[in-house]
Amino acid sequence: MHTKTIAELARGLRSGEFSSVELTRNFLDRITQYQNLNAFITVTADQALAQAEAADKKLAAGSTGLMTGIPIAQKDIFCTDGVKTSCGSKMLDNFIAPYDATVVTKFNDAGAVMLGKLNMDEFAMGSSNETSFYGPVLNPWDTNAVPGGSSGGSAAAVAARLVPGVTGTDTGGSIRQPAALCGITGLKPTYGRVSRYGMIAYASSLDQGGPMTRTAEDAAILLQTMAGFDEKDSTSVDKPVPDYLASIAQKLDGLTIGLPKEFFGEGLDAGIAAIIESAVDEYRRLGATVKEVSMPNLKYAIPAYYIIAPAECSANLSRFDGVRFGYRCENPADLTDLYTRSRGEGFGKEVKRRILIGTYALSAGYYDAYYLKAQKVRRLISEDFKKALSDVDVIMGPVTPSTAFGLGEKTGDPIQMYLSDIYTIAINLAGLPAISIPAGFLNAMPVGLQIIGQYFAEDRLLNVAHQYQQVTDWHQRSPKGFE
Amino acid sequence: MSLTADDVKKIAHLARLGINPQDEDNYAQDLSGILDLMVQMGSLDTSEVLPMAHPMDQSQRLRPDKVTEQNQREKFQAIAPQVEEGLYLVPKVIE
Repeated sequence: MHTKTIAELARGLRSGEFSSVELTRNFLDRITQYQNLNAFITVTADQALAQAEAADKKLAAGSTGLMTGIPIAQKDIFCTDGVKTSCGSKMLDNFIAPYDATVVTKFNDAGAVMLGKLNMDEFAMGSSNETSFYGPVLNPWDTNAVPGGSSGGSAAAVAARLVPGVTGTDTGGSIRQPAALCGITGLKPTYGRVSRYGMIAYASSLDQGGPMTRTAEDAAILLQTMAGFDEKDSTSVDKPVPDYLASIAQKLDGLTIGLPKEFFGEGLDAGIAAIIESAVDEYRRLGATVKEVSMPNLKYAIPAYYIIAPAECSANLSRFDGVRFGYRCENPADLTDLYTRSRGEGFGKEVKRRILIGTYALSAGYYDAYYLKAQKVRRLISEDFKKALSDVDVIMGPVTPSTAFGLGEKTGDPIQMYLSDIYTIAINLAGLPAISIPAGFLNAMPVGLQIIGQYFAEDRLLNVAHQYQQVTDWHQRSPKGFE
Repeated sequence: MSLTADDVKKIAHLARLGINPQDEDNYAQDLSGILDLMVQMGSLDTSEVLPMAHPMDQSQRLRPDKVTEQNQREKFQAIAPQVEEGLYLVPKVIE
């Protein structure tokens, strides 16, 4: 059962090949069998089985929803009523969320079965899942390598077939980068497409939740459940949600692909460049035409991002003060001591680093030079994309400059870690949707192809990704030992 | 741009963030490195550019001034570190 896609599982549930309870038990067993990957922070077995029983009843009564009875898991950044929601942090190790995130409510309403909460970088700050309070997640393709981050548990769980589909969040590449490093499909929707209500905030103007699955078709099914306007999220965009499955079968004749020359410059592993080029060749055979585009301001994306994201993080994380919920230090001497020590003891090193940068960038006398400047640069980057996308349908390029690096290899050098986000963060700054799909292997490690589209053109991205997956089998490969 | 351990101490105080004294130099070094990256933006002329806060330049939506939420004080306080008679407790502020 674990080798099937969500689309196949939905058919199997309907034909009576297996029940949701059987399916749920099967995946729960795999989660136990492969717990050395450390992909889960919390497993909600009892609740999952109760949800599965309810789903079986709905199926017997003729439920038509594709998600009914399908096991999923949530990144531990989404609040789940009555279930620990840690965000990968000691600060929230004791936090039982008192409400559901909108995304969680939508999956519950659709009849999905939640198996548990997935490991992640602390407060989604990290590119390797090594900043988690619960320890690093291992990459199923090589357990000495990182799975990427921050949605590292999400990507590893799907790659190891512990769950057929999961949620992730992407502030600077946190869905696409781990998807690429673990050989799965991950979609970051347009900013405003998926509700942020109940999704613990890191950088509010960049954060966006999205699906992580094995195939584009499954990503379409998950996005259908997740997307939509939400009154509870003040930056949610009120726009109808199209039928994502309806257009994935469309042929690609006449598709124009833009290749930004800045994506293929210095710093990109030659092996990855070759894999991206052969993927683009595959698209040519599918009827696409290719042209070069330019993003002259791309090189400023990292500095702009590493001002804007920490600035917003320092403001968002000021709510963790040891008073109303979360970690509180022992025997505080006075109120200042309570704040300072609760925060100092509750947050890990990377979170502290970003709070410090953000606090500095927003402090009196520096605001214009850093934050305002970064927001202006953000507009220039966004305009580069607008210009390119007025000429082509989609932009393609790599997701990461190299394949998954070794555990511990970059932890001592935060700047090296930040620089590896070069191909993903500009898309968050612009607020555009982008998908990462498996496109090959380099030294037996997966490589992702990134496809970037127009605002709200998730349907087009899923279509373009799905057509590639009809003629390639990279997305079907499974890591050794997890077949 | 170079920050000292003293600067780190000041910034940490602004953020009410406890930092181990032995980590201050390390943070100063990391932060200086990150700020060096930021210098690159200085070479871009942005005098005519409007800052961008929302990708769609959407402004904050307003809602009617109506009660929509129920009071759930007990549920919310069940996860608080210390409460008494519906109040959150902190160390004494006024002598």
